[in-house]
Amino acid sequence: MEYVVEMLKIRKEFPGVVANDDITLQLKPGEIHALLGENGAGKSTLMSILFGLYPPDQGTIKVRGQEVKITDPNVANDLGIGMVHQHFKLVHNFTVTENIMLGMEMTKGLVLDHKAAAERIRQLSQRYGLNVDPEAKIEDISVGMQQRVEILKMLYRDAEVLIFDEPTSVLTPQEIQDLMVIMRNLANEGKSIILITHKLKEIKAIADRCTVIRRGRVVGTVDVASTSEEELARMMVGREVSFTAEKTERIPGDVVLKVENLYAYDNRKVMALRGFSLEVRSGEIVGLAGVDGNGQAELVEVITGMRKAESGRVLLKGVDITNCSIRDRIRMGIAHIPADRHKHGLILDYTLQENMILKVYDQAPFAEKGLLNREAIAEYAARLMAEFDVRSGQGATALARSLSGGNQQKAIVGREIDLNPELLLAVQPTRGLDVGAIEYIHRRILEQRDKGKAVLLVSLELDEILNLADRIAVIHNGELVGVVDAKEANEHEIGLMMAGGQRGATA
Amino acid sequence: MKKEIGQEYTVALLAIGLGLLAGAVLMLVTGNNPLLGFFYLFSGGLMNITRIGNTLATATPLIFTGLSVAFAFRTGLFNIGAAGQMLIGGLCATALGLTLPWPKPLLLPVIVLAAALGGALWGLVPGWLKAKFNVHEVVCTIMMNWIAYWSVYYIVPAYFKGAYLETESRRIPEAASLKVGWLTRLFKGSYINLGFFIAIATVLIIAYILDRTTLGYELKAVGYNRDAAEYAGIQANRNIILSMMIAGACAGLGGAAFYVGYASNMQIGVLPSQGFDGIAVALLGANSPWGVFMAAIFFGLLHSGKGFMNAMTKVPPEIADSIIATIIYFAATSVLMERLRQRLQKRRQARDKTDLPLDPEAKLQEKVGGVG
Repeated sequence: MEYVVEMLKIRKEFPGVVANDDITLQLKPGEIHALLGENGAGKSTLMSILFGLYPPDQGTIKVRGQEVKITDPNVANDLGIGMVHQHFKLVHNFTVTENIMLGMEMTKGLVLDHKAAAERIRQLSQRYGLNVDPEAKIEDISVGMQQRVEILKMLYRDAEVLIFDEPTSVLTPQEIQDLMVIMRNLANEGKSIILITHKLKEIKAIADRCTVIRRGRVVGTVDVASTSEEELARMMVGREVSFTAEKTERIPGDVVLKVENLYAYDNRKVMALRGFSLEVRSGEIVGLAGVDGNGQAELVEVITGMRKAESGRVLLKGVDITNCSIRDRIRMGIAHIPADRHKHGLILDYTLQENMILKVYDQAPFAEKGLLNREAIAEYAARLMAEFDVRSGQGATALARSLSGGNQQKAIVGREIDLNPELLLAVQPTRGLDVGAIEYIHRRILEQRDKGKAVLLVSLELDEILNLADRIAVIHNGELVGVVDAKEANEHEIGLMMAGGQRGATA
Repeated sequence: MKKEIGQEYTVALLAIGLGLLAGAVLMLVTGNNPLLGFFYLFSGGLMNITRIGNTLATATPLIFTGLSVAFAFRTGLFNIGAAGQMLIGGLCATALGLTLPWPKPLLLPVIVLAAALGGALWGLVPGWLKAKFNVHEVVCTIMMNWIAYWSVYYIVPAYFKGAYLETESRRIPEAASLKVGWLTRLFKGSYINLGFFIAIATVLIIAYILDRTTLGYELKAVGYNRDAAEYAGIQANRNIILSMMIAGACAGLGGAAFYVGYASNMQIGVLPSQGFDGIAVALLGANSPWGVFMAAIFFGLLHSGKGFMNAMTKVPPEIADSIIATIIYFAATSVLMERLRQRLQKRRQARDKTDLPLDPEAKLQEKVGGVG
């Protein structure tokens, strides 16, 4: 048996688009096989077919040499194919064992055989070096641990083929290291792994072979050891890609944003910011690094006025704006590229041009005496679209909903930058975008810095922060762990700080 | 935008067609000739100028309440309180009409304004409670309906008792009525009154507010996506209150059109059904001002024709009500179906474009019930 899973000449068409065109993916037993491609390349569709969520239009799937029809996820489970999802599917107030048992409970007579299940989980955990406590409650363990529970869930169901969907996006650098070790253990024990990712570094670090797809077609399957990152990137994007943004030296000017000893609650009335302080000067990009959910969202909301500070102050160019309205802060020069472009950034049922004036609709020339000036609005939207390369099939009168994610994001970036702000808050500005759009948005953000604006970049992608920021502030549990100069920073040190370790204490 | 509205009109027409078809089946089942039934139903509303006038007069309060519901809905609010707002509007109009001994040209504007203000006040309370304490407007407007109901129940017999009956007010003087001689003569003695023209003006104003003003931009922004509106610095709470006030004012005007236009006194112990029919009118009119206008005229036609149908054939008038109910039913479900179709289409497009990782997951959850 040479291959454990073979997907041969798979074709899947959705109305108007061929998502998968003649794709062949062959997985050897015991290998880690990366599936690399940009957003929209067809990775998820392909894996959904393997997991039984869509039937392929053409092509065959073989598992252990046998041709199979995977009609739904239960069939996939029975064939030993398991998926570790990007967003975990765990019951928070259940223990690890209860979560893993869920759906295939062991029983002794009429009662659950909790002990036997826990024992089996303990054994599995030991064998693969997962180090999971079967009695811990999900809500008490870290995200990295939760991911291991997801892995255990698959192992408990005797999965031989494990699909990891972007597994590192929620982890700190150290947790990523641990995950790599675990994946290697799994492979050594004979499990086969498909790793869906767009991060080249991870592929180089862990994968044996890599299949690259672009626009629904296979570009090639390569041996990872003998292929460079640059080559992989070129295969994925179809052209040369620059990894690092061009950055000129610049001496920062006056303090634009000053946050002093800030306390604020989150939505669950838990203190999310605990005495947080930070300064951002004109002409510099301060990157705020941290694991998701450590107070970044609340900090941004307090700065923009969307959340009330319990105590502490926010100063913009020396003026106390702690109690100003959202609108006043916008007028005073705060622009905000929000983390969630659908929830905050756009009104999806408004047209693109209506979205372009979202923050200036009541100002001349767009409105006079409470009446909208359609012509001025259309002109303005057309200019912004041209300037920021926003592409829309039906032009500015298309509903925002109909645009692709990249174009939606460019529209928001354009709108915010055109406010000509003193302070630009860029929160996850490139989440879910492809390499081309990322490059573009990074360039525009750097441009703002070079124009002497203050930029606070909040991102969960450490690479993005290392790449753009002049100084890096690390937040953990609502507190500032420390600020380091980007030139002297290394990933390892920042990773430790993200996990809460003081600078220098553990290095 | 244009295309979508066009689509919604198709939905409305489809619902009307299916509703009429269901009515035909009902007539057949009860042993009547549907063609004859429909002939008399529609000629009852249209066959001469008097009846056309009556159809428009019947439609007038529906235009107002339909606008009221539709306007609130555009801001993301569900106004079930049009009936109460209408009652209060009518009460204000009647009270002033019975109190002020002014000449007609002076009195009418005051009456109409008072009706609008009364309705606005009845909208302000739920709007304010929603903005301040997040009290759900559905609960609150329903309760406001009953406050209005019992207020009328008390105030009318206590201060404006009729000459013969305890349960109704005195007749308003001619000077306080929206009926005017030339219009009544033009329509050969019909009920039609100035309320109809006020309704047209209101449709124009509401359409203008929604499409052309910064206020309309804000209101719709809050309705579509409150989070994004607040992110942009729009004060959602202020807009919620304002929206409920404007919606209340519309319904209040409907009260004037009904109680001092169509009728000439107020009865106690009745929540006007037009308040609730307004929800159906807004639904059929796809929440657009002119859609509401046309839907209201159509419902007015059915309402005013059903008596004639009953007189000329053996078809009971309840058939007309059943037709209306069926149309509402189809309008509601076809809007849902349309939405479902759009969502599926959107999903497909989104998936084509971005390979959306969330999407297969959502589907997975459907299939395996949440826990994979």
